[in-house]
Amino acid sequence: MKLNTIATATAFAVAAFGASCANAQVSGDSIKIGFITDMSGLYSDIDGLGGAEAIKMAIADAGVVIAGKKVEFISADHQNKADIAASKAREWFDQQGVDLLIGGTNSGANLAMAKVAAEKKKVFIAIGAGTNRLTNEECSPYTVHYAYDTVALARGTGGAIAKQGGKNWYFLTADYAFGQSLEKDTADVVKAAGGKVMGSVKHPLAASDFSSFLLQAQSSGAQILGLANAGGDAINSIKAANEFGITKKMKLAGLLIFINDIHSLGLGTTAGMYLTDGWYWDLNADTRAWSKRYFEKMKKEPSMLQAGDYSATATYLKAVKAVGSDDADKVMAQLKKTPINDMFTKNGVIRADGRMVHDMYLMEVKKQSESKYPWDYYKLVATIPGDQAYLTKAETQCKLWK
Amino acid sequence: MEIFGIPFSALLSQLLIGLVNGSFYAMLSLGLAVIFGLLNVINFSHGALYMMGAFLAWMGMTYFGLNYWAMLVLAPLLVGVFGIIIEKTMLRWLYKLDHLYGLLLTFGITLLLEGLFRSFYGVSGQPFETPAALQGATDLGFMILPNYRAWVVVASLVVCLATWFVIEKTKLGAYLRAGTENPKLVEAFGVNVPLMVTLTYGFGVALAGFAGVLAAPIIQVTPLMGSNLIIVVFAVVVIGGMGSIMGSILTGLGLGVIEGLTRVFYPEFSSTVVFLVMVVVLLLRPAGLFGKEK
Repeated sequence: MKLNTIATATAFAVAAFGASCANAQVSGDSIKIGFITDMSGLYSDIDGLGGAEAIKMAIADAGVVIAGKKVEFISADHQNKADIAASKAREWFDQQGVDLLIGGTNSGANLAMAKVAAEKKKVFIAIGAGTNRLTNEECSPYTVHYAYDTVALARGTGGAIAKQGGKNWYFLTADYAFGQSLEKDTADVVKAAGGKVMGSVKHPLAASDFSSFLLQAQSSGAQILGLANAGGDAINSIKAANEFGITKKMKLAGLLIFINDIHSLGLGTTAGMYLTDGWYWDLNADTRAWSKRYFEKMKKEPSMLQAGDYSATATYLKAVKAVGSDDADKVMAQLKKTPINDMFTKNGVIRADGRMVHDMYLMEVKKQSESKYPWDYYKLVATIPGDQAYLTKAETQCKLWK
Repeated sequence: MEIFGIPFSALLSQLLIGLVNGSFYAMLSLGLAVIFGLLNVINFSHGALYMMGAFLAWMGMTYFGLNYWAMLVLAPLLVGVFGIIIEKTMLRWLYKLDHLYGLLLTFGITLLLEGLFRSFYGVSGQPFETPAALQGATDLGFMILPNYRAWVVVASLVVCLATWFVIEKTKLGAYLRAGTENPKLVEAFGVNVPLMVTLTYGFGVALAGFAGVLAAPIIQVTPLMGSNLIIVVFAVVVIGGMGSIMGSILTGLGLGVIEGLTRVFYPEFSSTVVFLVMVVVLLLRPAGLFGKEK
């Protein structure tokens, strides 16, 4: 009996091995896409299950079989812990034969995953992470940073507010990779525009109460309160700022606000706020058409990250189809030479440092009276061309782009 | 006047804010202390029931058009009834077993509740308006205090002290305490001990529900609001001494203030300071500040 089982297993292994030999172009038995993101914590609404659904939509649209191989999808929750993200990525590359790893939210987790992917020489596309270290100091030939980064947010929102005369800033910063990057990048933009940073306070991720921090901000005498945090932290900061009357004296600048946050806070507390987004569901006919399909599945409008998840997956699968292989080096070469044209971006380009350069949008949150239908939240203030939004060749520290 | 480079008025306002947060800790740790003291159960689902209180209030106001004050009474009652169902159907079978079983069961209930709410409502949270009567803020000279936060402190202190009074100073409280010491003997006097225990659990979790409704206008009503808080609250109970009613109230308020001050002097450390205090207290007084060595 036991011998029988072993024999069957061996036969299975031989069959599997034989198959992969016959199709040496595509590694393993399939093209495997792995997705590691926050599925349960404070960032799970802006990406999470919705992001996974978007990736599945992209796979279904591309055709489930590419280059004679089935496209498979697996996902995992990193619980906002970099060590879980890294060990899961390692396990997937080593044991599951994952060909493309998509990094969801959390910069710390994404920096860790990018390291593993570079070591294993596999394609890694970061969607939800903000830190621009991914394509700057820590750039890798296998990393693509897709949807946005802290530099683009800083230049979008920070630049617009500084231009309007908001010169004195105080920062409320989430105390980890993302918050620190965002604060630094925005401070640079503010200083370049002749402004001043009056101070900053760093709060722990998922802090329980923001009123203490806000009182410190208030006593600084700054005009602008820059919120270098995201998700639930940004929501609770804005709520408390309204409650303590801080919004009467200071203008809030949400440096990373997602549409889900606006939906949760309501237009009453957010109207008039500036924010920078890489994508908005109601931007044009293409975005609306895709969002309609997404809405049917998730009953919510998609965020920039969820749209990015779809677009990145579709772009990757197109590249695999074009080169007829899932070999990471060949696919990366194809990705970097092909402009991206879909509902997410027009003429998006993946640069040598891995940055996907596309237009960003400066938005203003509508007043209650201006909002005509559900999820009608933003009006477009300015389109920031991709080559102005991101780090330039003169500024980069990435060795791959010198 | 300045203390360590911080203006005195700023310090005063931070102390007050610490007191507001401390009153949430006090109310939650009080519920835990009552349940542990009388039932010997480590109620890990306390945070989830706090979250449930906030969500029930939101649901009542959104779906049934009830107002905040109605929900302030109704939501804790519903949470209490839910607690009674848990006690009657599951928890009561575990009293004779090790603490660990109760902890695991209630932890499981937490995961279940959070998962359910997360799958229905997501984590971004629901908008919750401050009741009209408590909107606005009062200028205290050294700070602007939102009226709602002042109400939170008053409401929680009244509830906490009333609970302490009932358990420590009344005949009913005496029965309760006697029932936990020697249930057989108390039953021999004609007191229905199992019923008393059930109601105690119901009351303990209703306190959590009440805290949830109080918190709803201040912080985002989300499935995660309980788990963000519960670990700190457990630390509060440990510092105060497991089962000590007054101890948990005072420790809750005190730690709120300590945490508030940390947010000024070393903000990055503010979510850790409670645990540092816990370590020090456990080293010096293993039974907690107000606990009795057994």
